[in-house]
Amino acid sequence: MNRTDRRKFKSMTRRELLKLTPMIALGAFVIPKLRSPLLKAGLGFSDWASAKLFREGHLAPTFADSALTPLNKFPLNTYDVDDPEVDLDNWTLTVTGAVQKPGDYTLSQIKALPKTTQNTRHVCVEGWDVIGRFGGVRLSEFLKMIGADPRARFVTVECADDYYESLDMATAMHPQTLLCYEMYDQPLTRGHGAPLRLNVPTKIGYKQAKYLTDLKVSHVLEKAGYWEDQGYSEFYGL
Amino acid sequence: MTTRAIAIEDAKTGEVTVAAYEHPFLVRLCHWVNAVSLFVMVGSGLQIFRAFPSFGAKIPQKDLLHWPKAFAIGGWLGGALQWHLTFLWIYVASGLLYIGYQVFSRNYRQVLFTPHDIPGVWPMVRHYFFFGAKPAAREAYNPLQKLAYTAGIGLGVLSVLTGIAVWKPVQLSWLAWLMGGFHLARLWHFLVMCAMVAFIFGHLVMVVLHGWNNFVSMLTGWKKEPEYRVE
Repeated sequence: MNRTDRRKFKSMTRRELLKLTPMIALGAFVIPKLRSPLLKAGLGFSDWASAKLFREGHLAPTFADSALTPLNKFPLNTYDVDDPEVDLDNWTLTVTGAVQKPGDYTLSQIKALPKTTQNTRHVCVEGWDVIGRFGGVRLSEFLKMIGADPRARFVTVECADDYYESLDMATAMHPQTLLCYEMYDQPLTRGHGAPLRLNVPTKIGYKQAKYLTDLKVSHVLEKAGYWEDQGYSEFYGL
Repeated sequence: MTTRAIAIEDAKTGEVTVAAYEHPFLVRLCHWVNAVSLFVMVGSGLQIFRAFPSFGAKIPQKDLLHWPKAFAIGGWLGGALQWHLTFLWIYVASGLLYIGYQVFSRNYRQVLFTPHDIPGVWPMVRHYFFFGAKPAAREAYNPLQKLAYTAGIGLGVLSVLTGIAVWKPVQLSWLAWLMGGFHLARLWHFLVMCAMVAFIFGHLVMVVLHGWNNFVSMLTGWKKEPEYRVE
């Protein structure tokens, strides 16, 4: 056993204690001025990792009809009104941005594209989840029809209730990303977003905007989404 | 495994005290970074849980408990998610650094519970809970401590795996599938947190019972007057 005296032992243990001082850096999170940029950076890093984990060909799990949550137990989450009183007879989807054929598209023009139906899980950021049946056309097919610039990076949508959302292009092109006009083989009810909503099984619930009125293809993201602009994750891929 | 030790001489009285070097620097650093990040993860996790305090259906919703906002971090769901999705990286980094260091330095033998330790568990339980005689200590951690710390580290690994399953139920769907799907993975994540909090409670009780020298050893690495023989 080595020997030492009290003074030397004291200075040695003090040195060992001082080695832990870099931990004070974590105290930056307590300073209000630094806290929000730090948390923003942390959330941004998580979003970056999320985008890296996204695989174009990887499908979200699908479920048998017997696993479906009944339609009356499929929650309606809205941020202000359940029914923004869309005029369903004269409704069109207004397309703008980096596309060859901008303009107003009717529901029957959209429905003319090949139909896809899928039973997928809807996960809410609050923590609950349901399995629903969604029918519609692939957003990728619609983007092809309107001649979207393949180099564009975002698809943003606006809604009749002033809600707005965005999708990165990789997610917009995913085969399970739908412009959805049916749930449970019935036309969308007003509460679930009639006449057209997004169904994106690779994303969290708040990305699945309802009552769509406008769709824009863009190279830069002007606004990420209603909840994103209050501090939620911009990417939130599942 | 033997612990490095030193004899401290008091120049005036000639008295000799022994100290053992129990915790290498990286173990101490990881311990305290982990303590801070776990505090934030549990606090923000409870705020996230407040948004839907149930593990059943949304309709009809039966709340499990109403956790008070005062004992949660983040203020609201979006704020809590920012804390959770930021500190998860600090939490995981401290865990990986700790496990990596323990393996490469072979210091893991100090804490890892092995079949060798099984016979020593019951005498320690008898001592702690049923007033049995204190078994002679031979190394820094007794068999029951090794069992507790090994389980605690296992809970840490599970907290991350169940958390990833909840965060990535599509891209890493196999992980959620292993846990019985997203819905159950969220429950496992919560239960692992409960077990972790129980472990920390027990840990803190033991820290208080074992006194100052023991506490200081996690700051400086050195423990004065260890209860076991050193060479």
